[in-house]
Amino acid sequence: MIKLNLKKDSLRKVNELLQNLDQKSNDRSFKIINPDGNHAICAGLKDEMDVTIEGHVGYYCAGMNMKADVIVNGNVGTGVAENMMSGSVHVKGNASQSAGATAHGGTLIVDGDTSSRCGISMKGIDIIVKGSVGHMSAFMAQSGNLVICGDAGDALGDSIYEAKIFMKGEPKSLGADCEKKNMNKKDQDLLKSLLKKANIDENQLTHFKMYGSARKLYNFNIDNVSEY
Amino acid sequence: MCGIVGLYLKNKKYNKDLGKFLTGMMNNMSTRGPDSAGFAIYSTERKKKYKYSICYNKNNIKEIKKNLSKEIKDAKIKIISDHFVLETSLKPVKVISIIKSYNNLNLVGYGSSIEIFKQVGNPRDVVNNFSLKNFSGTHAIGHTRMATESAITTDGSHPYSTGEDECLVHNGSLSNHNNLRRTLKKKGIEIKSQNDTEVAAGYISNGLSNKKSLKETLIDGLKDLDGFYTFISGTKNGLAIVRDEIACKPAVVAETKDYVAIASEFQAMAHLPNVNKAKIFEPEPGLVYSWGK
Repeated sequence: MIKLNLKKDSLRKVNELLQNLDQKSNDRSFKIINPDGNHAICAGLKDEMDVTIEGHVGYYCAGMNMKADVIVNGNVGTGVAENMMSGSVHVKGNASQSAGATAHGGTLIVDGDTSSRCGISMKGIDIIVKGSVGHMSAFMAQSGNLVICGDAGDALGDSIYEAKIFMKGEPKSLGADCEKKNMNKKDQDLLKSLLKKANIDENQLTHFKMYGSARKLYNFNIDNVSEY
Repeated sequence: MCGIVGLYLKNKKYNKDLGKFLTGMMNNMSTRGPDSAGFAIYSTERKKKYKYSICYNKNNIKEIKKNLSKEIKDAKIKIISDHFVLETSLKPVKVISIIKSYNNLNLVGYGSSIEIFKQVGNPRDVVNNFSLKNFSGTHAIGHTRMATESAITTDGSHPYSTGEDECLVHNGSLSNHNNLRRTLKKKGIEIKSQNDTEVAAGYISNGLSNKKSLKETLIDGLKDLDGFYTFISGTKNGLAIVRDEIACKPAVVAETKDYVAIASEFQAMAHLPNVNKAKIFEPEPGLVYSWGK
């Protein structure tokens, strides 16, 4: 385990070290201390490694992540794991707005709540939130899965494409073109595997409901003009 | 962008550190607003005394001091950078008309508890110029500005104070401020600049003068103020924060048994004592939160 102290080393130095690991190196476990709310910590990692951040972090933590596994023992600011391609990010506290925004792959787990726009424009990521999410979550979500163990704010899944939302609680309201769906065996198996990823009891499965696109806004229809 | 901060002390033992804590908060928010900065400090009232925070720009302060002392007998004048704080027992109506008779002076704010300072420049320089770290008090609000709606001048800097012991800082912009400015002016609220935030400050003053609480006024504001915003507003009794319903503009609150800290980003408060053990949350959209005595 290599310890990196953001009180001593500059953020740029720490990020450059993690972004340019020697391919042959076996030292692939890092701990970052004193993050003090700094932005873009662990942004742009592209190799397999484990990084644990001890404390609260600012914006865009682990953005664009590829292959790396990042754990944050604290809260994160706006845009955690935004545009992630693969790997995983596990936030032990709460996340701010736009968690997992536009991400193509990988897994984001948030033990607490996220605020608004969680999974906005997601393109293949699995997001599992053990608490609740804020308004406009999964807005224009294209692909991937959003699991919410708590409730959701207003306009959940507004203008959603083919992403799936599994939720235990209730949405304050559903967005345009988002509707409750029936879960088939395939969906249940998918949910089971997602719950397993986040160490959530499989027996909880039956409490979840699934939401997705009603596909009414896919093609222009004059009757829907107010919804566009 | 803009950075906003607020600090309300629950434990008196930190009163002497208020300026020091706020300095760190504003320095860390200088990246969000490098154009100008300002802050309001609330301290315990002195009976029957009023304080007037006045910007004298680059005018001859010695002459101003001499003339003011002639007109206001018990005037005590404390000069800090390009501002001075005038303390007197004379009633506001009289003092304000005296200050207005000097066309080289700008009244930044007044009240029994508040002192306000604001200046163009990088926040790190501004807080140094005003020696913010030496201030003590019970609560404070600060702002670092990235100018959008009006020019980079002291007039365009926050906090805005349009009433006794009131002040407002704002991250965001309002779209109906011209209309609202006209309406408020008709009601007798004085608004000096073309800035949108000053209109919101005037809106709050109007609410408070109609015997509404700060919280009630901000709740009314959710339907009357059109635009996007996170506001932190102060009175001599405490602080309040509200975000518009869309909540594009960030805010985070850290509460411990000793203090409540509010900022645009967590990094503004990372240096505060025991902040890692604080209850940290983001204010919900369209909800007013307030702390005070």
